[in-house]
Amino acid sequence: MRFQFKTSYNQDIRLFKDKVDASWYGLLAVAVLIVPALMSDYYVGEATWVFIYAIGGISLMALVGYTGLVSLGHAAFLGIGAYGHAYFLQHGVPWVVSVTLAVAITTASGIVVGLPALRMTGIYLTIATLAFGVIIQEVFSRWESVTHGFAGMPVEKPTIFGVPFHDEWSFYYLCLFFLVLVLWMTRNLLRSPTGRAWIAIRDSEIAAQSMGVNLAIYKSIAFAYSAGLMGLAGALFAHKIAYLAPDIFTILLSIQFLLLVIVGGLGSLHGAVFGAIFVALLPPLIAILRDSIPASMNDAAAAMNIKLLAIIGEGIGNFLKKPGVEAGIFGLILVLVILLEPLGMYGRWVKIRVFFSTFPMYRGATFKRQKSYMRSERLR
Amino acid sequence: MSFFSVDNLSINFGGIKAVDGVTFDVNKGEVFTIIGPNGAGKTTIFNLVSRIYQSTGGKLTFDGTDITNVPPHRIAALGIARTFQNIELFEHATLLQNLLLARHAHKKSNFFSELMFLPSVRRMELEHREAVEKAIDFLDLQQYRDSFIVNLPYGVRKVTELARALCTDPKLLLLDEPSSGLNVEETEDMAFWIQDIRNLLGITVLMVEHDMSLVSAVSDRVLALNYGRPLAMGTPGEVQSHPEVIRAYLGG
Repeated sequence: MRFQFKTSYNQDIRLFKDKVDASWYGLLAVAVLIVPALMSDYYVGEATWVFIYAIGGISLMALVGYTGLVSLGHAAFLGIGAYGHAYFLQHGVPWVVSVTLAVAITTASGIVVGLPALRMTGIYLTIATLAFGVIIQEVFSRWESVTHGFAGMPVEKPTIFGVPFHDEWSFYYLCLFFLVLVLWMTRNLLRSPTGRAWIAIRDSEIAAQSMGVNLAIYKSIAFAYSAGLMGLAGALFAHKIAYLAPDIFTILLSIQFLLLVIVGGLGSLHGAVFGAIFVALLPPLIAILRDSIPASMNDAAAAMNIKLLAIIGEGIGNFLKKPGVEAGIFGLILVLVILLEPLGMYGRWVKIRVFFSTFPMYRGATFKRQKSYMRSERLR
Repeated sequence: MSFFSVDNLSINFGGIKAVDGVTFDVNKGEVFTIIGPNGAGKTTIFNLVSRIYQSTGGKLTFDGTDITNVPPHRIAALGIARTFQNIELFEHATLLQNLLLARHAHKKSNFFSELMFLPSVRRMELEHREAVEKAIDFLDLQQYRDSFIVNLPYGVRKVTELARALCTDPKLLLLDEPSSGLNVEETEDMAFWIQDIRNLLGITVLMVEHDMSLVSAVSDRVLALNYGRPLAMGTPGEVQSHPEVIRAYLGG
């Protein structure tokens, strides 16, 4: 058990709880910084995907996890950011200006989509954002003068102030920089009045209003901020994927982002990053298993002279090759997480930490969920 | 001109007149209680005063300003704070965050300074924290500071709501059934606190309450309502012995 002695109010405002906490994050920073030196380009590229997904995850976390507004149209914001950035780059706009413009456009579209959110709640808002996502996808495929429709749109590699970020490792650092920036900014918002207003809106709109929170303004800010971050993720996404086509930004991608925040753990920035690791690394993991399971089972069968093992391995490999298996596994994991760990991967992480920090005094019921009071006449 | 006045206030929900021509004045530094049977319109009056409902008639005046058409989020900045009958705390936030949110009406930062967490934001946060700590000390909530509201017992939540209302620096405090769900000791504490809020902090209290022993102990004046209409007004003793009030409660 680690004791924390609080002697000043600043201790509750700081980014890191104490020196031990800060040194763990320092260690993590070192580990993340030396990854490209140790790993092959393929894995550095996959790690870059994690960072891009994490920025998108933080975007959706601000909206879903903190403000309590569920959006199923975030792939559209990602697409607006990606296409906007690619379009400006094609027209010779410098990289930094291009990203800024892309983020500004997505922020503006976020405000526009957020306007109905001022009147709608719950499932109705979700359906409105879903409609927005579908409409924008249609726009991507039809507005050929800008997006080139299904012919696709190549995206050149980033060059910032003359410095090329053309290989995997340099782009890795670029994405890492933006992820850290976004984490820092979001954390700043969460420890100041704006973040608290979001949380208040999520938990009780009526009380938030009576405490002086202008619901319309703070919901709009949440939508705008979330969309802006998604636009930034979209700009990086465009470089990473190198070739934009309208069928990338489908409802399935929106669902994947929603899955990310729920599996990661609603209402925590750690959750957004954990969720990104999960969502970005599961497909390559399935791909690796698809090839390695039959091969290794085959080897084992040969070594032990049991034919059955090879047949089972072959079966698993064939099953994983079937279309739709990936989506099925995603869905299965989502169901299991909601049933068994509603707080997501972050919740599990906290439990494991508490287990070790209180060892051997961990009480089995520490995190037992209590039945909460039913509220008879909640004002909505 | 009285401190807070309600003049001929009315609201209809469809054909039901939930509040029908209620008029009363609250003087500065007084504890004014509204009583009445279930469905008499007590909480509706609170929701009208905190502007969650739009009145269909009448006028509300607070501290010399007409607040009949002020938007609900401006009410806190004017100096009116409230608690809720069925606790409306931010359950998945810590007690400290709940109380800090109550300082929202006094914030001076804008979005971009918060995004960068400029030194001015930090200074403001520290000021807010000091104000919050005063409320925590006043209501003995020190040990619960970092607890999440979902993990707190009902009695503590009730006190937390009171603390949150105090953190807005109100001039008028609306307490909606402060003793509901509390045991005898907790109700006694609540009575002491209501008196302290009036005497030490100088805050005027407008209260809805069913527990008549608490009402008699702390209130200066009482208004009895039934079916949205005022029945009687006066000292707790006068109102309790008023024949109309007895008939409303006991029938006949």
